[in-house]
Amino acid sequence: MNPPAPQTLFDKVWSEHLVRDESAATPAILYIDLHLIHEVTTPQAFTLLREKGLSVRRPDLTVATMDHSTPTTPVRSFKDLAIVGEGAANQIRQMQKNCADFGIELFDLDSDQRGIVHVIGPELGATQPGKTIVCGDSHTSTHGAFGALAFGIGTTEVGHVLATQCLLQRKAKTLAIDVSGQLQPGVSAKDVILAIIGQIGLDGGTGHVIEYRGAAITAMDMEARMTVCNMSIEAGARAGMIAADETTVEYLHGRSRAPQAAEWDAAVSRWLSLHSDADARFDRTVQMAGDTLSPMVTFGTNPGMVIPVNDAVPDSDGDASFRKALDYMQLTPGKPLSAANVNVVFLGSCTNSRISDLKQAAQVLRGNKIAAGVRMLVVPGSQQIKYEAEALGLDKIFIEAGAEWRESGCSMCLGMNGDTVASGELSVSTSNRNFEGRQGIGARTILASPMTAAASAIAGHVADPRPYL
Amino acid sequence: MTATDVDTDQIIPARFLTTTTRDGLGSKLFYDWRFNADGEEIADFVLNDDAADGCEILVAGRNFGCGSSREHAPWALLDYGIRAVVSTEIADIFRSNALKNGLLPIVIDAAAHTLLINSPGSEITIDVAASTISLPDGSNVSYPIDEFARRCLLEGVDQLGFLQQHSAAIEKFEETRSWTP
Repeated sequence: MNPPAPQTLFDKVWSEHLVRDESAATPAILYIDLHLIHEVTTPQAFTLLREKGLSVRRPDLTVATMDHSTPTTPVRSFKDLAIVGEGAANQIRQMQKNCADFGIELFDLDSDQRGIVHVIGPELGATQPGKTIVCGDSHTSTHGAFGALAFGIGTTEVGHVLATQCLLQRKAKTLAIDVSGQLQPGVSAKDVILAIIGQIGLDGGTGHVIEYRGAAITAMDMEARMTVCNMSIEAGARAGMIAADETTVEYLHGRSRAPQAAEWDAAVSRWLSLHSDADARFDRTVQMAGDTLSPMVTFGTNPGMVIPVNDAVPDSDGDASFRKALDYMQLTPGKPLSAANVNVVFLGSCTNSRISDLKQAAQVLRGNKIAAGVRMLVVPGSQQIKYEAEALGLDKIFIEAGAEWRESGCSMCLGMNGDTVASGELSVSTSNRNFEGRQGIGARTILASPMTAAASAIAGHVADPRPYL
Repeated sequence: MTATDVDTDQIIPARFLTTTTRDGLGSKLFYDWRFNADGEEIADFVLNDDAADGCEILVAGRNFGCGSSREHAPWALLDYGIRAVVSTEIADIFRSNALKNGLLPIVIDAAAHTLLINSPGSEITIDVAASTISLPDGSNVSYPIDEFARRCLLEGVDQLGFLQQHSAAIEKFEETRSWTP
């Protein structure tokens, strides 16, 4: 009898969750271990359940919070809420009602555990290796940093998961991205993922689950791994995964939703067994050298248009879409990005709003002031991160530098809550998308790491963080 | 629409995602490409061209629908009157969301795509049963589509219903799995 074929991490997690395998005629039925929900992509799903008289199959496997439309100015109860627009207020009310009616635990506006959904999942210890995790949000890929199979779904599929705890899925292909070497000072996880997207393209991962491997990846702490996996979707990938190791185990130890006491050892043993076999075959492999990477920034209107921070804006070779992007960004080929004045700096989002991101930015900002004419918003990813930052005195560093220190939420990543970049303004942002108008109508966005964003705030233009370290 | 990498923030900007229904998003489709700050139509945007009135098939540049997973994107397209999107490449999540709502995501090769993009206003036929699309020169090309999705479109199969039919298997999975989440 032949030994079973070598398996990738993705193969292992996928096959362990098959309620029914796929065939030519039908997709697989995949069981979902954790369903994260937020206020924007759920109303229509719950309405459908109500219309059909259905209940939520596993409220115990469902975690709810509010993050996209919530203000980042202080709020303790709904009546204090200065919500921008009746639409957002209505959505938040519906979320509260839906969770109450269907028996789902909601980290509400007055909860000390609330925050961006992809920040609180790991914080609570709900995100664990080997789980299947979905959410009506494309940055669900973040949780793959724990060796989970985590991906975004649409509202119709949210309804499927609520009602059956399952999804219809075809198995994706696999792409291994090996990042060798050691990152240099001033270069961080955000720079790695921006470089990867720049290399493989906006559709380089389409149809694939990416597994990130290599010395530069395994050296990363969990928050850095989350940054990398978060932006897998920007390369079109179905999901991004990093195999669990001792770093992962240490992070999860003691968290409220992690296995406790008698179950802990068995869980750890299972988690550490979840990695790709030595001779597992991937559909594609890409190599990248981590030790020669520079801080990276975007210059165009999608996350694939990236350059090292000190490089000049590239020319278009006649590509109409490329030229349109440069026109929108008001950037000239051949000139360095530092030639343009920056108006807004945003430190936040599910990509970079965790305590290590805040520490890295604070390290650059300490003792400096942000440039005149620059507005800087620092939005921690969760209330817990906010409190931790305050205990460490990071908030004082931001405030003394001239930045605004806010409550948690998605905020200026996509400007649904009133935190927007004004038309024509240029922002340097630690978020994940620089599409036209993403941060506000007519807003121009440059994506960067927390250190690069902080240096740019001080300089008043895109700036290399390394001299500030 | 010749632009490549048209993302779902362009198709339906985030500020319109505060709706709690699926309806009425057609008026917000491509909002910031259709209308300027004063709410007036932007002259050179393809959808504002009179020739685009009543068109049901959008031929778009590669990697259409990339970015956010918002299902509001196909909802807005359908509400506007678009029933199919044709491109050389369509992003994963958008494709899945489109199929769930009966918006056809059709991928064809570059040559066929060039023919179509240079023939705006022409009438073509999409045969869902055969998975083919006719070209302005009279020929037909096949397009790939998941067999299950094709059947769901043709037979009106409700995917939630399909999942519910397997509730015994789901229960068995929950009972027999080796660890509990």
